[in-house]
Amino acid sequence: MSVQPHPIDAVTQRAVPVAPPAAPSLAAAPSHAAPHIVVTGVDKVFPVPGGEVVALKDIDLTINRGEFVCLLGPSGCGKSTLLNAIAGFSHPTRGGITVDGTKVAEPGPDRGMVFQEYALFPWMSVAQNIAFGLEIKGMGRAAIEARVAELLEMLKLTEFRDRFPKDLSGGMRQRVAIARVLALDSPVMLMDEPFGALDALTRRSLQDELLRIWAATGKTIVFVTHSIEESIYLADRIVVLTYRPGTIKRDIRVELPRPRDSASAAFNALKRDLSALVTAEQHRFEEVEMKGLTTD
Amino acid sequence: MNARLKPLAEGFAVPIAVLVIWQLACTAGLVNPMVLPSPAAVAARWWAYLAPLEAYDPAHGSWFLWLFSGEMLHDAMASLYRVVVGFLVGAGLALPLGLFMGTSDVIYRHINPLMQVLRPIPPIAYIPLSILWFGLGNAPAVFLIAIGAFFPVLMNTIAGVRHVDGIYIRAARSLGASRMTIFRRVILPAATPYILSGARIGIGTAFIVVIVAEMIAVNNGLGFRILEAREYFWSDKIIAGMLTIGALGLLIDMGVSRLNNHLLRWHRGLES
Repeated sequence: MSVQPHPIDAVTQRAVPVAPPAAPSLAAAPSHAAPHIVVTGVDKVFPVPGGEVVALKDIDLTINRGEFVCLLGPSGCGKSTLLNAIAGFSHPTRGGITVDGTKVAEPGPDRGMVFQEYALFPWMSVAQNIAFGLEIKGMGRAAIEARVAELLEMLKLTEFRDRFPKDLSGGMRQRVAIARVLALDSPVMLMDEPFGALDALTRRSLQDELLRIWAATGKTIVFVTHSIEESIYLADRIVVLTYRPGTIKRDIRVELPRPRDSASAAFNALKRDLSALVTAEQHRFEEVEMKGLTTD
Repeated sequence: MNARLKPLAEGFAVPIAVLVIWQLACTAGLVNPMVLPSPAAVAARWWAYLAPLEAYDPAHGSWFLWLFSGEMLHDAMASLYRVVVGFLVGAGLALPLGLFMGTSDVIYRHINPLMQVLRPIPPIAYIPLSILWFGLGNAPAVFLIAIGAFFPVLMNTIAGVRHVDGIYIRAARSLGASRMTIFRRVILPAATPYILSGARIGIGTAFIVVIVAEMIAVNNGLGFRILEAREYFWSDKIIAGMLTIGALGLLIDMGVSRLNNHLLRWHRGLES
């Protein structure tokens, strides 16, 4: 366990805001503290039949240790492409990414990934899925058992330990996927629309769970979403991307105190502002898609 | 009628009616018993085929062995032995080759054309060659059965490996798995539903081929027995033998299917 970004309230187990600053809510993110993930001048170009698609263009982004950053934008804006590049699944066409000062060359257990499709191994039980990364790491049996039991407890999965993924609900599966990544205690957690397929109530309860885990572990979290509400509820910082080419449109620091109230006036004011930004990109996306249909 | 007995009664009605009409036709002398023996004669012959040939004699060993000394059980064991050995040879060659072809595009491109040329040749067409190469006895039979089991297992293994969802591999890589670990703990288990359904088809093919192989190359087994019965015009024994072949086939398929269900208890959609 490393740095705690926020003190934890002993009673509610929730993060307590550290002196809410009076800065305007749409202020650009100030660069402070220790940089953890540094993206420098990244372009990503995909070849397509009869040309190419510029998914990312000139991305410069510094994410600090312990920060919770949401990448927000409509479909096709390159937010998942950027996440995959940080994860090491695909290499940028130009530019580079470093994590903890080391250049990202391939995926690794220092950057745990949670997928929208859960990606649990269906032939392994819940406990075996969580233990997988620990076995690869070469941890001893007893230590693995103890760690798995601890994670099952933390994510309220203890009674499901011997079930197979097919016998779990979507929310339960995503809890297992989160536990599997937490098992390795990686300093970075990358999440690709992890709650996108869940119903609203399950989604909210997993968001709260994630915030609790984040507060307790101090991980740096990069979270891709297309839900404006979700990004405001979770993030320290929201990075809005544009539709093709994917560039950073706005980098917004969310100063609302936690736990955040999605019904509050400040929350909704921010939601309105972000909505305008994202909707403009959504319209460009729809225009291009329509044009694609008529010219083909 | 009881709700549970009704479907049972419905299922049995037609077979019983067929047996009754068949028996009546035979008793009335409408058919030549040499061509079509009565169901009662077939049942009697089946029992005689199953029962031990000689009376129990404690001097010749245990009572248990005597119970299994009938001709049918010997034949069934001989056929089963050939199916198992032939299947193990065929599947034992197809599985590693399929895994290589599924994981490596280079190997696939080199070997697949040859496989596609050989695959449509029915195992039965190898009979002359098998006798030329292996003479008579178990060897040509095992060879033919191995060919019958080889292609279903090969094709399904290749398909299984190629259809592994890329997201499992990405998840494993991000958890730090090496290429070898990914192959052993992700690709192999993810491909098992395909591999096992290939094995089930392969066993089925092996069982068809064993009957044919026994008609040409050996002098025991269920296939040999029904051909032998034809030479004596024992039509009742031919039918009794056919029923035994059917029962053994059903038993093997049920066994394989239960094993599959156990191995694939994690799998979403199980086939029967």
